[in-house]
Amino acid sequence: MPRFRPWLSPLLLLALAVVACGGPFPQSTLRPRSDFAGAIDHLFTGIFWWAVLVFVVVEGLLCYAVIRYRYREGRPAPRPVHGHTALEIAWTLAPAIILVFIAVPTMRTIFTTAGEAPPTALKVEVIGHQWWWEYRYPDLHIVTANELSLPVGRPVQVSITSADVIHSFWAPALGGKRDATPGHVTRIAFRPDSVGVYSGQCAEFCGVSHANMRLRVLVLRDSAFQVWVRRQQAAPPAPPRGSLEARGRDVFAKSACIGCHTIDGVSKGIIGPNLSHVGGRATIAAGLFPNDSPHLARWIANAPSLKPGALMMPMPVAGADLTAVIAYLQSLK
Amino acid sequence: MTHAAAVHHTSMGLDSRKMAFWAFIGSECLLFGSLISTYLIYKGKSVVGPYPHDILNIPFTSVSTFDLLMSSLMMVLALAAVQRGDLKWTKIWLFATAFLGILFLGGQVYEFSSFVREGLTLQTNLFGCTFFVLTGTHGVHVTVGVLWLLTLWVRALQGKLGPAQAVTVEISGLYWHFVDVVWIVIFTLVYLIQ
Amino acid sequence: MTGSRGLRSWLTTTDHKRIGLLYFYTAFAFFLLGGLEALLIRAQLARPNGTVVGAETYNQLFTMHGTTMIFLALMPLSAAFFNYIVPLQIGARDVAFPRLNAFSYWVFLLGGLLLNASWIAGPVFRAGVLNVAPDAGWFGYANLTERQYSPGPNVDFWLLGLQILGVSSLAAGFNFIVTILNLRAPGMKMMRLPTFTWMTLVTQFLVITAFPVITVALVFLMFDRFFGAHFYLPQAGATPLLWQHLFWLFGHPEVYILILPAMGIVSEVLPTFSRKPLFGYTVVVYSGVLIGFMGWGVWSHHMFSVGLGPIADSVFSATTMLIAVPTGVKIFNWIATLWGGTIRGTTALHFAVGFIAMFIIGGLSGVTHASPPADLQQTDTYYVVAHIHYVLFGGTIFGLFAGMYYWWPKMTGRLLSEALGKAHFWLTFIGMNLAFFPMHLIGLLGMPRRIYTYAPDLGVSSLNLVSTIGAFLIGVATLVFVVNLWRTRSHGAPAPNDPWGGATLEWAIPSPPPPYNFSVIPTVASRLPRWKTEHHDPMSDPPAAPPAPVHVPGGSWWPPVAALGLPVLALAPLTHHVWLAFLGVAITIYGIYRWAFEPFEV
Repeated sequence: MPRFRPWLSPLLLLALAVVACGGPFPQSTLRPRSDFAGAIDHLFTGIFWWAVLVFVVVEGLLCYAVIRYRYREGRPAPRPVHGHTALEIAWTLAPAIILVFIAVPTMRTIFTTAGEAPPTALKVEVIGHQWWWEYRYPDLHIVTANELSLPVGRPVQVSITSADVIHSFWAPALGGKRDATPGHVTRIAFRPDSVGVYSGQCAEFCGVSHANMRLRVLVLRDSAFQVWVRRQQAAPPAPPRGSLEARGRDVFAKSACIGCHTIDGVSKGIIGPNLSHVGGRATIAAGLFPNDSPHLARWIANAPSLKPGALMMPMPVAGADLTAVIAYLQSLK
Repeated sequence: MTHAAAVHHTSMGLDSRKMAFWAFIGSECLLFGSLISTYLIYKGKSVVGPYPHDILNIPFTSVSTFDLLMSSLMMVLALAAVQRGDLKWTKIWLFATAFLGILFLGGQVYEFSSFVREGLTLQTNLFGCTFFVLTGTHGVHVTVGVLWLLTLWVRALQGKLGPAQAVTVEISGLYWHFVDVVWIVIFTLVYLIQ
Repeated sequence: MTGSRGLRSWLTTTDHKRIGLLYFYTAFAFFLLGGLEALLIRAQLARPNGTVVGAETYNQLFTMHGTTMIFLALMPLSAAFFNYIVPLQIGARDVAFPRLNAFSYWVFLLGGLLLNASWIAGPVFRAGVLNVAPDAGWFGYANLTERQYSPGPNVDFWLLGLQILGVSSLAAGFNFIVTILNLRAPGMKMMRLPTFTWMTLVTQFLVITAFPVITVALVFLMFDRFFGAHFYLPQAGATPLLWQHLFWLFGHPEVYILILPAMGIVSEVLPTFSRKPLFGYTVVVYSGVLIGFMGWGVWSHHMFSVGLGPIADSVFSATTMLIAVPTGVKIFNWIATLWGGTIRGTTALHFAVGFIAMFIIGGLSGVTHASPPADLQQTDTYYVVAHIHYVLFGGTIFGLFAGMYYWWPKMTGRLLSEALGKAHFWLTFIGMNLAFFPMHLIGLLGMPRRIYTYAPDLGVSSLNLVSTIGAFLIGVATLVFVVNLWRTRSHGAPAPNDPWGGATLEWAIPSPPPPYNFSVIPTVASRLPRWKTEHHDPMSDPPAAPPAPVHVPGGSWWPPVAALGLPVLALAPLTHHVWLAFLGVAITIYGIYRWAFEPFEV
C-alpha cells in the first residue's frame, strides 16, 4: 500500500533551510548586489513561487489519489473511465496560462539585461585563460588579473573572451554567468550597488584545474576606486637600492619568470598574469590562496603541486633568493 | 541478398525490408543534412585560401554529375529487367550502373588529388575540411553502393537474381537514387552556388 | 529458460527475449559501475578540499559516470524492455530483423567494453592506470577536446566508443520502427497499441534522427584530432559553438529518448494496479508524439549562457516553456488514472507513483531553467545537476525499476520479493531526495558543477555532506535490489502467466514465454484485450500448445562477428596501427556478407 508520506518534502525543505541559514555565502545567487543580479533574482522569485504553487497542487492531488483510492477489502470495482475532454482542455490551458505569467517577465528581463550598458559605462575586458582571469581596462590602460576592482554605482560593460578553451565568467552576486568563448566576444552589463568583495569562479568545465579558477570582484567607493586606478596606472614602485626587494627584482629579472609574466619596466611576458601590482591583491593563483609569504613560497617553488596542471613550472628559486623575490612581489602595490 | 522465401504478411502491406530502408534513408538525410549545414555555415569563413572559386572545376564536375544521373537511369532499367525476369538485361544494367559509379569515384579521386596538388587539403582551411569530409562521406556511400551492385551482379551471373529477389534490387535502387540525390544537392550548394 | 542451453546458444541467439535479458544484465552491470563512479564523486565532495581523489581522476569519474549512465545503463535498460516486451505486446513472434537485433546488442557490449577499457589502458599509452579514461565531460565541449588541450587518448576513447554505440542504437531504431509498424497482430490498430509500445516507437524515431547529428559532430572532432582538420578551431575561422549546436541538436532529443520509455512503463503500470484504463489514452499518446517533435526545437536552452543574443534566447525560452504543456498533460492523465481506482500497492506501483512525484520536481526545476535570465544563475551549477537527477533518476530510473518489478515475472518466470522491493523503494526514495534535493540550494549558493573540490567558505559543506549520505543510501538500496534479483533466481515464487491482472497481450502467455511466444497469434479487438470492459469480454488466451509446430529461427554467428569488426576498427586510431582499420572493416564486411547469404527464415 503506497503510503505516501507527504510531510517528507516540507520537512526536508525546512531542514535544508535551517542548515543553509547560516554563514555569509559569498557566492550566493540569492543576495543580489547589482541591477542585473537584482533583475534575475526578482524574476526567479516570481517563477519559484509559481513552481511552489504547482508543486503543492499537483503533488497534493497525487498524494490524495494514492491514499484515498487505495485498495480496501469489499470496495466495488472502479468505474472504467477512459477520459474527459473538458478536463483535458482545462489542464492543458491552466499550465499554459501560468507559463504566460512566467514568459512575459522572462522576455522583458531578457531584453533589459541583454548586455548593453550606456556609453558612459566603465569598460572592462575579461579574458579567460587556463586557469586564471585577465582583466583589461582599455580606457584606463590597466591590465591586471584575478581580482576585478569596480566603482560602486557606476555601470560596467564587461566584454568577455578566452585565450584558449571555453570558460565562463561568474560572480553570482553581481549577475548571471557568461561564457568566455575563444574567437567570440560576449557581453554583460551591470551596475554594482553595494561596496563589498564578491566571490566567483569559472563556470564552464575548462580542464583539469577548472575547480581552481576562482575570481574576486572588489566593489569600491568611487574615491577608493580612483586611488586604485592611479596606483595601477603608475609604474610599480622601484625598490630602494641594496634592499631585499631590489635583490628580489634582480633575481626575478634573471629567471624564467620573465618569459610568462609582465612587470612594467622589468619584463614583458603575456602567458601568465600581469604582476605589476600583484602586491596589492589579497589572493594569488586565481583566488586559491591568501597572498602571503608562505603561500607565495610554495606557489613559486611548485605551482602544479598546488594547482594540478598549472602551466607554471616549478621554479628553481630557493632560499635567500626566494625570500627576496617574495619581498619584491609583495612590494608591488 | 537472399532472404526468407515466403513473403510474410505485414500490418502496413509494405515489405519490412523496404520499410527499414526508408527509415534508414530518413536517418541518412539527417547525416548529410548536418554535413551540408556545416559546409554552409563555414562558407566564406576560411582565413586562408585556396577558396572555392580558385579551385572548383565546374565543367569537370558537371560531367561526373551527369555520369551519376545516367547511372540512376541504368538502375531504373536494371530494376525493370529483374522484375520481368530478364536475366540478360539485369546483368547488363546492373553492371552499367556499377560501372558508371566507378567512373564517378574515379572522377572524385582525380578531383581530390588535383586539389591536393593545388594546395587544398583537409588541413589547409575551413573550405578544405568541410569540402573533403562532405564529399568524402558521399564518396564512401557511393563505394558501398558500387560494392552492393557488384554483389547483385555476381548473383545475377550465378542465375540467382530473378523476380522473387526483385525487392533486394529495388532496395539497392533506393539507396543508389538517394546517393544520387545527395550528390545533386552537394553539386548545387558547393559548386554551382558560390 | 527458453530453448537451448549453453554459451554457444547465447552467443548466437536471435531470440528477442534472450537479447532482452542480455541487454538487461549488461546494462545493469554498467549501472552499478556508473553508481560506483557516483559514490567516489560524492565521497570526494563530502568535504571541502577533499582528498579522496585528485583532479585528473575526478574529471574522469564525472565524465565516465555521465557517459556510462546515459549510454551504457539507461538507454540499454530501456532497450531490454523494448526487446523483451514490445513483440509480446503487439502479438508478434519476434522483431522484424532478429539478427540485426543481436548485432545491436553485441555492438553495445563491445562499445561499452572499449569505453571502459580506458580505465585500465593507461600502461598501453605509457601512462599510469586510471589516467586515460575520458575526462572532458560526457558532453565533451570543443575546443577543450581538441588535441592541443587534450593531448592524451582520453577523448579518443570517448569519441570512438560513442560512435560504436551509435551504430548499435541506430540499428535497433530501424528494427523497432519496422517491428511496431509492420508486425502487429491482426486487429492491433495503432490506437490500440499499449502505451509502452507507442512511446517506444516515438523514441526510435528520435534515435534515428538524432544520432546521425552526434555522429557528424564526433566525426568532425575525430578529423580535428587525427587528421589536422579545423572544424572547431577558432584560429582557422571556425567556432567551438558548432560543437555545442550539433551536440545539443542531438542532446535534447536524447533526453526524450531517455524519458519516454519510462513514461510508457508508468502508463502501463498505473492502469494495471488501479484496475482502471489509462485516463486519456489518446491524449497521452499524442502528447508523447508531440513531445518527440517539439524536442527538436529547444536545443539552445542548453546554451543560454553562451551569449546567442536576446532574440535567440527568447525563441528557445518560448519553445522550452511550450514543451512543458504536453508533459504536464501526461502527469495529469496519470493522476486521473489513479483517481477513483482501487490501487494495489505493489512495488511496481510504488516506483510508478514515485516517478510522477519526482518528475514533477524535475519538471518544475526545468521550467525555472526555461527562463534565460534565471538560468544564467542556474546553468552549470549544482542546481542543474539536481534537475537532471530528478528527471533521470527520479524519472527514468524509477520508471525502469517499475518496469523491472512489473515484467520480471514475465521475463524469468519468478516473482521478485515484494518485501525486499518495498525496502528497495523506500531506501531509494529517501536516498534520492537526500542526495539531490540539497543540490538545488548548493547551486543557488554558487557551487558550479564539474569541480573536484570547493572552498570551505562557500557555506555548502554541510549540504554536500547530506548529499553524499543520500548517495550512499542509494547504494545500499541498490544492493537490496541486487539481493532480491539474486535470491529470486532460485527461491522466487513461480510466476503465473498473469500475476498482476494485466490488460495487454504479454500477460496472455506463459511466464517466461515459449520460444515462439504465441501458440496462435491472437486477433485483437480492443485496447485492453485481456480485460472485461463495458464494450467487450476478455479475450481467450492462446492455447497452451500450438496446433502445428511453429518455425523458430535458429541462431547465427554473423551478427557477433560483424559487430567485432567495429572495436577492431576503433583500435586503429587509438594505437596508430592503420592495418587494424583494414582488419576491422574486413571482419565487418565478411560478417555482413555471410549474414546476407545465410539461409535464415524468420
